[in-house]
Amino acid sequence: MKLTRRRFMQVSGAAAAGLAAANLGFDVTKARAHTQMLKTKYAKETTSICCYCAVGCGLLVHTSKKGDGRVMNVEGDPDHVINRGTLCSKGSAVTQLVENENRLTTPMYRAPYSKEWQQVSWDWALNLIAVRAKNTRDKTFTRKNDKGQVVNRTTQIASVGSAALDNEECWIYQALMRSLGLTYIEHQARI
Amino acid sequence: MTNHWIDIKNSDCILIMGSNAAENHPVSFKYVTKAMEKGASLISVDPRFTRTSSKADIYAPLRSGTDIAFLGGMIKYILDNNLYNKEYTAEYTNASFIVNKDYHFKEGLFSGYQKGEGGTDLGKYDKSKWAFEMDENGVPKKDKSLEHPRCVFRLLKDHFERYTLETVSKITGTSKEDLLRVYKTYSATGTAGQAGTIMYAMGWTQHTVGTQNIRTMAIIQLLLGNMGVAGGGVNALRGESNVQGSTDHCLLWHIWPGYLKTPRASNNSLDAYNKKWTPQSSDPLSANWWQNYPKYSVSMLKSFFGDKADASNQFGYNWLPKVDDDKVYSWFDIFDEMYKENIKGFFAWGQNPACSGSNASKVREAMANLDWMVNVNLFDNETGSFWKGPDMDPSQIKTEVFMLPASAFVEKEGSITNSGRWMQWRYQGPKPLGNSRPDGEIIMELGERLKNQYMNGGVFPEPIVNLKWDYHTNGVYDPHKVAKEINGYFTKNVTVNGKSFKKGTLVPSFANLQDDGSTSSGNWLYCNSYTENGNMAARRSKKDAPNKIGLYPEFAWCWPVNRRIIYNRASVDPKGQPWDKKQWVIRFAGKEEGGKWTSKKWEGDVPDGGWYPLENPDGTRRDDSKHPFIMRKHGFAQIFGPGRADGPFPEHYEPLECPIDENYLNDQKVNPTAAVYSSKADSWASCDPRYPFVGTTYRVSEHWQTGLMTRPQPWLMEMQPQMFVEMSEELAELRGINNGERVKVSSARASLEATAIVTKRFKPFNIGDGVVHQVGIPWHYGWRWPESGKEESANLLTPPSGDPNTRIPETKAFMVNVEKL
Repeated sequence: MKLTRRRFMQVSGAAAAGLAAANLGFDVTKARAHTQMLKTKYAKETTSICCYCAVGCGLLVHTSKKGDGRVMNVEGDPDHVINRGTLCSKGSAVTQLVENENRLTTPMYRAPYSKEWQQVSWDWALNLIAVRAKNTRDKTFTRKNDKGQVVNRTTQIASVGSAALDNEECWIYQALMRSLGLTYIEHQARI
Repeated sequence: MTNHWIDIKNSDCILIMGSNAAENHPVSFKYVTKAMEKGASLISVDPRFTRTSSKADIYAPLRSGTDIAFLGGMIKYILDNNLYNKEYTAEYTNASFIVNKDYHFKEGLFSGYQKGEGGTDLGKYDKSKWAFEMDENGVPKKDKSLEHPRCVFRLLKDHFERYTLETVSKITGTSKEDLLRVYKTYSATGTAGQAGTIMYAMGWTQHTVGTQNIRTMAIIQLLLGNMGVAGGGVNALRGESNVQGSTDHCLLWHIWPGYLKTPRASNNSLDAYNKKWTPQSSDPLSANWWQNYPKYSVSMLKSFFGDKADASNQFGYNWLPKVDDDKVYSWFDIFDEMYKENIKGFFAWGQNPACSGSNASKVREAMANLDWMVNVNLFDNETGSFWKGPDMDPSQIKTEVFMLPASAFVEKEGSITNSGRWMQWRYQGPKPLGNSRPDGEIIMELGERLKNQYMNGGVFPEPIVNLKWDYHTNGVYDPHKVAKEINGYFTKNVTVNGKSFKKGTLVPSFANLQDDGSTSSGNWLYCNSYTENGNMAARRSKKDAPNKIGLYPEFAWCWPVNRRIIYNRASVDPKGQPWDKKQWVIRFAGKEEGGKWTSKKWEGDVPDGGWYPLENPDGTRRDDSKHPFIMRKHGFAQIFGPGRADGPFPEHYEPLECPIDENYLNDQKVNPTAAVYSSKADSWASCDPRYPFVGTTYRVSEHWQTGLMTRPQPWLMEMQPQMFVEMSEELAELRGINNGERVKVSSARASLEATAIVTKRFKPFNIGDGVVHQVGIPWHYGWRWPESGKEESANLLTPPSGDPNTRIPETKAFMVNVEKL
C-alpha cells in the first residue's frame, strides 16, 4: 500500500486512525482486510525498534519479496508492550527515511582544496583512511606525559559518535578507538 | 530512567519539567494519560505553554535557567510543612549523617573554594571540606532523630531557608500562587502509598547548573519517599534511540564500558587502578556493590584482548590510553583543541557536530584545521560538507574528507537500549541500499586494515595487533558474536559459589564475574543479556509479573539483571513490606517464626540484592541485611552529595548569559565553578542591552536532533519547513514584528534568519523589578537541507559555557536579540 501524503497527515495527526477512517465517509474494512493480505503474501515481515527517540517503540517492517526487495511499509507493532501499535509523526515516516533518494549510496572523497566530491570504492577509501589514521597516530603517539607517567595515547585524533549505532557497534567502535590510543572519544550523550 | 515508560501509568502525580514529553516523546504520553485516567495530576513547568502544558492540570511558567530556585522553594515547603516521609528519609538517605565542622556555606560559596586565575578558570572546590564525621570503625556517624545541628537534614533545612516564595518568584517569574499550587500538589506524594514522578530531559541538563538541577529534584524524590517505588523515580527522557546504550558502552572520554573509570596517568598499574577506584566501606550492613570493581575491569580487559591478556601483562592494562589526572577531554575540549590546531584526524561517526555543537561556528571553523575527517552517515550533512558551507572557501581548506554511506537501521541486525534501560533486538528487513554498509561492517573492516598495517610495524603496535577482533561469521560482521562478548564467557572451567561452569560457555550474570582472568565481559552491566538460555533482548512475552504493574519481565531485557525498577529495595519498609500495598514492586515473603524472619524469599521485580530485610517483624534489627542503596559506598541515598564539583547541596546561580545583574539568593552571580571557554571564537555577553531577551532551544515532533534524519524527508519537511522563533505578543509589539515575518535572531556569537511565530504561548516574566522577555527556537535546521540554505542551526547562537561536572553546554539559557529583517 502506498501511503499518500493526505492519508499520512490523517493517521499521524492528533486524530486516532479509526477516527480518520470514519471521516472518509465509507466503509474501509474490506479494503483494509485486502491490504493486510497483500502485505503478508508478497512481503517479508520483520520486527524492529524505531530509530528516533528513546521510547523504543516496536515497528513491523514489510519488505518486498519480489522485485526490488525494498521496504513497502513500516507501521507500529501492535504486539509491542510499550507502543501497542501507535507511532508519532516521525515513526510513521520511517519508510521515507529508508527509501529516500537523498541517501548516500556510495563512498565519496573530497581532496584537499577541492570544490567537489568524487565517488570512490570502499576498498580505496578504507585503505586510505587506515593509512591516514596510522600516520597521524604514529607521528603523534605519546608514551609518557610531561610528568614521566606512562600514558600510551594520541591526543591528535578525535572521535564523536554515536547514539545512532547499535549496542554491538558501539562496543566494537569504542574498542577500536581505545586500542588506537584515543582519549578524545565523545558522542551525543555529552551535548 | 530509574523506572521505565510503562511505569509512568502507576504514578499519582507527574511533574514534567525540563522536557516537553507530549511533543518530543509522544508515545510516552500514552502512559501519562493512563495515569490521569486513574486520577493522577499532571504538572507542567516550562517557560513556554507547550503541548504538554495543554494537557496539564497545573501549568506554571518559569524563566529558563531558574529551576533550582523553583525546586529549592519546594524543598523548603516540604520541610516547613513536615510533608516528608520521615522513616524513609531517616533510614534510607544520608539525612542522618553528621557533616564535618569544616563545612559551611557563606556568600554563595561552599567551604573550600579556591578562586581561579581568571579567564576560563573561574575556580574550584577542595571537596575534603565536605566530609562526613566517622566513628571509631570508619562508619559515618548518624543521628536518626535528625536533630543534630550538623546532620544533613538540619543543614538542608538551613540551606534552603532563603528560598522563600517571594524570593523564588522574583527570580523565576512564576507567581506565588502558581508556586504554591505546584508545591502543594507534588508534596502530597510524600504520603506512604502515593507516588510522584519526574519526567525531564535536556531542559534540565543543558545549563551551567545542569547536574544540580537534577540533584535538587532527586532530593525532593528522596524526602517524599518516591525513589524505588512504582510510579516514582527520577526519569531522564533520553532523546536518541540508543543514547542509553551508547552511554552504557561509554563512547565518552571519562568512562570505560559499564561506567568504569578511564585510567588516570597516576594509576600506573592495574593494581593501582583497581585500588584507586574500588570504594571501601567498613559498615557490614553496606553492600557497597562497587567493591566488585576489579572483577568488572579485568573481565572487560579480557574481552578487549582475549587470550593475549593475562596476569603477566596486567591483562593488557597498559595497552590502553591514560588521561592526565587534572585534564578534561570533553566535547567542548575537542573542538577547542581542534580550533587551536592541536587535532589532525577526526571521525564524525553518525553525528553532525556542525549543527549539534554549542557555538557551532567555532566547530565549523575548527574543522578547517584538520588534515583528515571521516564522516559516516545516511545522508550528506553539514559536517562532511563543511568545506562548502556558508562563509567557507574550499580553495583555502586543506581538509581531506571521506564520506562513507551507512545502512539504515532496518537494513541490519543488532540491539538498542531505550530510555527505560530495555535492550531490544532488531532484525534485518531489506538489504543495505545501494553500496551502503552497516556501521558494524565498516568498523570491522577498518579494524582489519589497521591490524594488517600494524602487523608490519608501527609505533606501539601491541594494542592494535592484540585487539580481539573475531566478530565475523563467514567473513561477515556478526552482531550476535559481539552481543555474546559484551555479556561475557568463562575462559576456563571454573567453580563459582559452588557451581561449576565450562570454558567457552556464557556467564549467566555479573555475580559470577571474576578478577583472575577466568571470565570475560565487555560490559558487566550487560552480563545476563545473552546467556546459554539465548538472546534475552529478543524476548517477546506479554505476560506481566505477579504484581501486575506493567513490568513485563520477559519482554526484551533490561540492565541490571533484568531489574525493571532500580533502587527497589527502597520501595519497602525496613521489614520488607511495600509502602504501597496495591502497586507494590517487591515484597518480602520469607517465613516468620516468633517474630523473626527464618527464610529468604522476595516476590515481584528482581530485588536490588536478595538479602533479608533490615528488620524482623518484631522490629529487631538483623545483621545479615543490607542498606537499600547498594551502589553507594555507605548504602544510603545522597541528599548531601560531597562528590559534586559545585557543592554538596544545589544552589541557584544565574546562567552565564542572563538578563539581571543580581542573584537574589546569594552574592555569586554565576556558578563559581562553571566551565567557560575563551578562544577568539568564544564571545559572550551578559546583561548587555544589545542582547536583551532570554533565548532557549527546543524540538518539534516532526524533526529529530539536527534534523539530518528528518530534513531530507518531504512529508516531515512539509509539516515543519522552516526555522522559526516563538515570541510573545508583547515582545512582537515592542519590536514591531508581525506573525509570519522573517526576522533576525542574534547572540554574541552569530545571527540567523527565522520566521516569527507570535503567540500567547510565551508571556513576559516579571523578574525582580522589571519585565523580561523570552523567545524560543528549534535546533533542527542546517544549511544543507532544505536546499534554500537559509534555515540554519540554532546552535550558531548558543554559548561556550557548560556544567562543571559534565561539561554539557548551556544551550537552554542564553541571551539574544530579535529584530525585523
